[in-house]
Amino acid sequence: MAAEAPRPSMPRATKPAPPVRVLIAKPGLDGHDRGAKVVARALRDAGMEVIYAGLRQTPEEIVESAIEEDVDLIGLSCLSGAHMALFPKVLRILREKKIRDVPVFAGGIIPDEDARALRKAGIKAVFGPGTSLEEIVATARRIARPHA
Amino acid sequence: MTSTGPLPAPARAVLRGDRHALARLISAVENQDPAAVPSLQALYKRTGHARIIGITGPLGVGKSSLINALLGRLRSEGRKVGVVAVDPSSPFSGGSVLGDRIRIERRPGDDGVFLRSMASRGHTGGVAASTRQVCRLLDAFGMDVVIVETVGSGQVDVEIREVASTSIVVLVPHLGDEVQSLKAGLFEIADVFCVNKADLPGADLAAKDLGELVGLGPGRDAWRPAVVTTSTLDGRGLDDLWNAVDAHEKFLDRSGLRAAADRRRLAQEIVGLVGDRVGRELREALDQDPELQALLDRVVRRTLDPHTAAERLYRDIRRGG
Repeated sequence: MAAEAPRPSMPRATKPAPPVRVLIAKPGLDGHDRGAKVVARALRDAGMEVIYAGLRQTPEEIVESAIEEDVDLIGLSCLSGAHMALFPKVLRILREKKIRDVPVFAGGIIPDEDARALRKAGIKAVFGPGTSLEEIVATARRIARPHA
Repeated sequence: MTSTGPLPAPARAVLRGDRHALARLISAVENQDPAAVPSLQALYKRTGHARIIGITGPLGVGKSSLINALLGRLRSEGRKVGVVAVDPSSPFSGGSVLGDRIRIERRPGDDGVFLRSMASRGHTGGVAASTRQVCRLLDAFGMDVVIVETVGSGQVDVEIREVASTSIVVLVPHLGDEVQSLKAGLFEIADVFCVNKADLPGADLAAKDLGELVGLGPGRDAWRPAVVTTSTLDGRGLDDLWNAVDAHEKFLDRSGLRAAADRRRLAQEIVGLVGDRVGRELREALDQDPELQALLDRVVRRTLDPHTAAERLYRDIRRGG
């Protein structure tokens, strides 16, 4: 996969694993999307297909996007302080819609105490400011829903 | 091999209106998972109802925003709409950022819309290799209209014609003089030209240039492409855009061209499927068969030319070797 462009007309002898599909979304009223964009870009460069849902999404919209896009992973970002209300709501709607195999990770300005509570509630990883992109990519790879 | 048996479970779920099942089947098709084939076979008979509308044009001209506008209109008429939005995959990492959802607003809980982003996964031409199959799944799911948004296109990205029955080419003011519009490729595939961002100066001039282009010749198949001017900012021209699409769809039915185009596309699809399979098997054989490796060695050493080697290989297959 170096600089050579893939040749679609020539089937490869061994088919590579399908790319991981990730939804990156920002729930709630929070206009700070630089972090989400940086993470989206890093996951793209790691070979993932990133569905960027962008700003001001309701938890319901986020779950609907996750269903339609059949993602293997969901990343939520929130810098407004509303994470304790919004992130668990996404988890709850996922459960209601019987989606049990799509892990959720989160990033933003999240106090340690809240991060612990969120992990306990089912968020697989919580990344604060200063987390390296390598760590985020490695974690995303590790927790993403495996392909059958 | 036939599609007469009982329906495979994923196909049954799709016909039941199960959105999860549809999403998973789309993934399987995208991943070229052989497990998807029985469902595709079974669902084929249930397709042919949806109108497939393509939206193409250079990047940043407002394709997603126009889809958003059309979506609102079609939903208010009660029509069910599938949207397939294709964005490019990186030739370096294979990854992609699919950002078309951010432009598209919908009523909460509206089951009459299904929006799917697709990465091109190395396929050139403006769509992904499996886009046509994905449209077919949305058709079987019961969508009345499927809108396909291409990768922000260059001048030769014309494959949308193989997928859609009506192609809208979206442009904006100041893209170039009227000579640009004489060039082959993108400008030839338009059934409808849409000059978007008409709130900006220069839109009338662009529309006039296109109008003159359209007037220069009889057009393809006696259809003279419509030219409409739109703005998703102030809403002008959006009715004209859909009316032009509708007029072209009616023209296809009236003229019998829909059936002819369908036949041509399906013939191409069958040939493509056979070609893919033969190509795959040949490459495997070439990798593994010692005799074929020896043949390849001779070509590498320049003692045999590729055409002669190909002729031998071809004769082998014809003999069933």
